[in-house]
Parts: sequence; C-alpha cells; structure tokens
Amino acid sequence: MIPELGHFALALAFAIAVAQAALPLWGAQTRDARLMAAGPALAAGQFLAVLTAFFALMWSYAVSDFSVVNVAENSHSLKPLLYKLTGTWGNHEGSLLLWCTMLAGCGAAVAGFGRGLPTALRARVIGVLGLVAAGFLLFALTTSNPFDRLWPPPDDGRDLNPLLQDPGLAFHPPLLYAGYVGFSVAFAFAVAALIEGRVDAAWGRWVRPWTLAAWSLLTGGIALGSWWAYYELGWGGYWFWDPVENASLLPWLTGTALLHSAIVVEKRDALRIWTVLLAIATFSFSLLGTFLVRSGVLNSVHAFANDPARGLFILVLLALTIGGALALFAWRAPGMAPTGLFAPISREGALVLNNILLCSMAAVVATGTMYPLFADFLFGHKLSVGAPFFNATVLPLAAPLLAAMAVGPVLAWKRARLEEAARRLWPAALVAAAVGLAAGFGWSAVPALGFAGAAWLIGGAVVDIAGRARWSMARLAGIPRAAWGGAVAHAGLGVTVAGIAGMTLAVDRSVLLHPGESAGLGGYDWRLIAVADGRGPNFSLRQARIEVTRSGDHVVTLTPQRRFYPVQRMTTTEAAIHTTGLADIYAVLGEERDGAAVLRLHLNPLAPWIWIGALIMALGGALSLSDRRLRVGAPARRRAALPAGARPA
Amino acid sequence: MTRKHRRLLLLGLGALGLGTAAALTLTAMSDNLVFFIPPSEVAEKAVVGRNFRLGGLVEQGSVVRGAEAGTPTARFRVTDGAATITVTYSGILPDLFREGQGVVTLGALQPDGTFRASEVLARHDETYMPPEVAAALKRTGHWDPAKGAPPPATSWNTLDPKRVN
Repeated sequence: MIPELGHFALALAFAIAVAQAALPLWGAQTRDARLMAAGPALAAGQFLAVLTAFFALMWSYAVSDFSVVNVAENSHSLKPLLYKLTGTWGNHEGSLLLWCTMLAGCGAAVAGFGRGLPTALRARVIGVLGLVAAGFLLFALTTSNPFDRLWPPPDDGRDLNPLLQDPGLAFHPPLLYAGYVGFSVAFAFAVAALIEGRVDAAWGRWVRPWTLAAWSLLTGGIALGSWWAYYELGWGGYWFWDPVENASLLPWLTGTALLHSAIVVEKRDALRIWTVLLAIATFSFSLLGTFLVRSGVLNSVHAFANDPARGLFILVLLALTIGGALALFAWRAPGMAPTGLFAPISREGALVLNNILLCSMAAVVATGTMYPLFADFLFGHKLSVGAPFFNATVLPLAAPLLAAMAVGPVLAWKRARLEEAARRLWPAALVAAAVGLAAGFGWSAVPALGFAGAAWLIGGAVVDIAGRARWSMARLAGIPRAAWGGAVAHAGLGVTVAGIAGMTLAVDRSVLLHPGESAGLGGYDWRLIAVADGRGPNFSLRQARIEVTRSGDHVVTLTPQRRFYPVQRMTTTEAAIHTTGLADIYAVLGEERDGAAVLRLHLNPLAPWIWIGALIMALGGALSLSDRRLRVGAPARRRAALPAGARPA
Repeated sequence: MTRKHRRLLLLGLGALGLGTAAALTLTAMSDNLVFFIPPSEVAEKAVVGRNFRLGGLVEQGSVVRGAEAGTPTARFRVTDGAATITVTYSGILPDLFREGQGVVTLGALQPDGTFRASEVLARHDETYMPPEVAAALKRTGHWDPAKGAPPPATSWNTLDPKRVN
C-alpha cells in the first residue's frame, strides 16, 4: 500500500511540476498576478508530493518490503537499520528520487525565502525550476520507477554493495546532490533574467546566497566522497581523477567562478553577461555529471546503472535544458549592454583572473574526462586518461590562481595599485618564503612550493582581516560576515593545499609478515601481533593486530580488517587509520599465505588537513551566507543603499 | 586606457588562459594517454617501456604468489581467448582479484615479453566484467553478445588460447 502511495505521489508531483512550469511563466509573460501567485503554492505542493514519495520508498527500505523490486535488489533483512535507510539512495532509482526531492526542495525554498524578490522574477524562477523538475520526474516515472512491484516477493534481498555500507558514503550522496541541485536555482535565476532581458546589481545580490549555499554543500559533499575513498577503498590515496570524481569537480570549479563573478555583478554591476553564462554552465556541468554517472557510459566505481534507454533519456533531457538555455542566451544576451569600467589592476581585475583560471581548469578537466568517450565513439580507440594527465594540466593553472588569491582581496575596487598590495602583503610573503625555504631544504621542490602556497593563502587571509581591523577591536567586530567568510574560505583552501603538499611526501610499503615479525617505515616500527577471525552483523571478518612503536615507545595498535559479505559474495578492505593530526598511520590487511599476512603500511603526512581544509571552506561559505546583507527577504537595513535597479517587492 | 582597449585586454587575457589550457592539454595528452590493449594485440601494438592498460581474464591456475625482499609479489597470466601474456606485480592484489575473472592492469611491456604491472584494477563485484575486456572477448570470437550473457568466466582458459610466451 505504501509503495503505491509513493508511486501516486510521484505522478502527482509530475502533474504539479508541469503546472508549476506553465502557470507562473505564462503569468509573468502576460502580467497576470493571479497566475504568478500560483507559483509558490505549486512549488510547495510539488515538494510535499515528492517528499511523500521519497519517504514511502524509505519506509519500504526500513521494513524490508521485498515485494518492491528496488528494495529486493538493493537491501537485505540483516543489514543494519542505518544502511537500510541510506540504501534508499544507494541505487539508481532511489538516488534519482533523492535528486528530484532536492530539486523540489529548491523550488519550495525559493517560494519560502524569496518573498523579497520582484513578483515576476520570482514567478519565472519558480517556473524554470518546475520545468527542470518536470523533466526529471518524467524520467523517474517512465524509465526508473522505484516503486515497481515484484511477485512473488523473494525471501530476502540481494543486499547493497558492501562498499556503500559505510557512514561516510551514506551521507555523501545527499550532500553532493544538494550541491549539484542547488545550482539549479542560480540557473533558474539566469534563465529568468534572460527572459526579462535584465541583469543588474540586485540580481547579483539575489543569486549569490543560493550559489553560496550550493557551493558550500558541494564542497562538503566532494570532501566526504574523497574521505570515503581514502579510508574505504584502502589505496591510501584521496583523489583518483576518476571520471565521477571529475564530474563533481567540474560544477565546483565553475561554481566557484560563479560565486566570485556574482560579487562583481553585485558590487560593481559589471561582468553581467558572463555571470549569467557561468550560472548556466555550472548547472549544465551538474546535469552532465548526473548523465555520466547515471547512464553508465563511464566505467567507474559509481556506475551502477547500465541501461542505454536511460542514458538516451538523460541525454535528451540534458540537450533540451542546456541547449534551450544557451539558445536563450544567444538570443537575449546581445541586448544587454556591457557596463562597469575598471582598470586591469583592481579587485574586479583579480576576480576576472580568478574566473579565467577556474574556467581553464574546468576546461582541461572536462577534456580529460570526456576524451576517452569521444575517442571510443569516433575512432574506436579504447584508452584512458589517468592522474598524470590531470596533474600535468591542472597544477600549472592552480599555481597562478593560488598566487593571485591572496592579492585579490586586498586590492581596491575599480583601480588599485600593486605597490599598495605589496605593502600590505609583505608579512604573508615573508612567511610563505620562509616556509618554502625550510621545506625546500628538507624535501624536494614540489612539496616546498605547496607548503609555501599554503602559507601564502593563510597569511593572505590573516592580512586581509588585519588590514580591515587595523588594530581596533571595534573595527574587527564590525567586519561584515561576508568578508570573514571569504577570508575563512581562502584560509581553508590553504589548509587543504598544505594537506595535498604533505601527501606528496607519503610513503608506503607492502610487506609479508609472520605473527611476531616487524617491519620499519617512516621511523616507526610495525609489528604484526596476530591475525584472528571475527563476525559482524552481516559479514565475517579477518582482523590483524599491528603494534606500532617509535624507538621502543608504544604509539598505537592498529586493527585493519578484511570483511566478507556472503550475500553479495564480496570482500572489502577496512583500513586501520590512526591520526596524530600531523600524519595518518594507515595499515591495510591483504591476503594471507602459509601463516604470513600481506600488509600494506602507509605513513601519510598531513592527510587529515585535506578534509579539514574543505570543511573550513564550506564553513566560510556558511559564514558568508549568514551575512544579513545577503539574505533576500530579510528587511534591508538601509533602504537608500539599495541599488538603483532594484524594485521594492 | 579607453573602454575599447580594456575590452581588448580582457579578451586577450581570456584567450591567453584558454590558450595555456589548450597547450597544457595537448602536451599532457601526447605523454599521458593510456591505451587499452588486449593480449592478442600486444605483439602488434605495444611498445616496450611505454605504459598501457592490459586487460583480459586471469587464467585459471596461473597465479603464483611469492615474495621478494619482504615485498609480496604475484605472477599470473591474462588471456583474451586468443593469446596470453604473463603479468608480474608486486604489492597487494585487490580484494576482487580472482582466477577466471576479468582484470585490467596498468603497466609496461618488458624486453622479455612479460608485462610489469604497477596497478591491478579489479574493483567491481564478481559478476562484473570490465567493458574493454568484454569487447576484446567479442573481437576474438569467443562471445557473441547476440547469444546472451558471456559464458562463465572460469571456463575461459579451457578455450586453449595460443600462448604468446
């Protein structure tokens, strides 16, 4: 009964979405206030309906209703409840439903928080979101219905891929999707602005909080995924340039560019057309990521759907959405006159540089990710583009970006002088040079440059805040939260860069040890004590005990495991990780032969900093978001300061 | 500086960024593209010392595990039903590495005709077959996709492939 209710709610949501697309858009065009006013209610209704469907599916998972195909194929009665619930989105149909829920949530959020927006703009934004939602709901209903029934129901389910039975991965998809889908709001704003033929400073102010929220969530989602790969896949690495990882990095790169160019639109009323294009590009990359993952055209750990019909449907959806938006852009953008004059050396100039570099990075990552597909379709070559390609192309573009990142915030708007920036930034430069030199003596050039870059970024953020405060507590307290957020996010990237630089110094070693024997790595002594059997809720395990000592002193006892999941007949590796904050001591248990165990030992300097830095970045975004000035709907404290283009709602 | 000059400068900067990106992409591509070569095409296509991905099925009964200077090593044969190549690897084999199953390895051909792998990928469930391997099997005529699912992986090495080494 519950699954049928869910199915009905999903179909209802589609019908509401069609209305949500048609009525407000038509109303905004004909200036019909009643039709426009229908938008928010329809958006809320659609969200309610999709949410009902989502919880109906989650319910089926919670009670292990194996008469639902989706549950039978992806769940098992012995699975812990947490993974039964999170298993809802551990498969194609469920994750698509999650996607639709998020999208409907975005529409409802615009309806709820967007009261301060001009009525016509809000109606158009809600309408565009409804249009996108209708496409995806139709996709779910026709090709990927999660509520299909199975008769007779099997005795038990086929279980979820054990790799996904993990707390990190349980929450990685919702965060990532919230980020992906969050950019749909910026996209809808861009399309609405194109329809209206008007982009102004107020538009920049309205788009920015939505972009910030999506960006923060996406940052968190990517970091969580990377952390999962680090501890669950047991290869000791944190980023593999896997096509699906790249698919999430692309909207992040253009989204970061969008975040910054929207500042220029808001503060200086310049770069308007470019920002609209970026908003379209960012959501397009989100859709592309969905297509790549969901269609199964890319060979990856994540590809659980392999159905050409679905791939074709998403491709058509993609072509309609992106093609439609770009066609609208080509038609309307030339009518928007470029505005805003600024000198090349200025805050705007620095933000332009940021945009150029970020978009260039996105371009090379997109090329490397898509090239194998094209090579296969066009030339029949089976090839792959691996980490060396991405390192060789992305790092040279990242270096000038990092160098400019500390300079940009201390430059004045419109026209700035580099001497002035140098006068303020010399402490950061000094610290960076000292760190780089110290690291250069200890290690090779690449980590030294990385550490210097990290120190430069963190130092630059401190200088930025100090320059605003100028030794006055009152001024320090008066710094707007948006400025704090920017500085914190920049410093967060510095922490991540330090972590990445540290990981270039990681060492590892594979050893074959009998119990009682030991091996040395990174100044530590690793002794295998014993290997024993054990049991978990739905798996059996082998567990090694390794005592790690440093010059005779006990450091930690590591217990890496190999788990065997009988239902899926699959073995997984559970790495044992002990972090000191400055390094991870990391051990993996491999196969056993003749009483000896194969162990892989890693010492990963500064590894945790990578994710801590990402968390700081996301927090910086949240801090900036909490700035009162950015909240649409919050009463503006200084009405007179409202930009000329803004109309009171 | 006039408005026009500024716009030209911006345009120039943008072109410079894209140009750098394109140049980086092209140089990196010429060095870092990794081709997939099935065992039967190794003799014709592989260059000694240049990295490529070798994939196929791990031949039944071919895996020999050993140790060199305390580091675990493995030696196994990879087949596509028409030819086999001996692969050597030092390190931990992935959880899903099993005889009779699809595998993709990254490495280079050695002068003695064996393949030295630096990475062994077998990271899906045990019914999974890497698409490149499936395509190679189809090409060598051991699997006609029109006739349904591929035969059980464990039977592949009884197809008596001609040995390359």
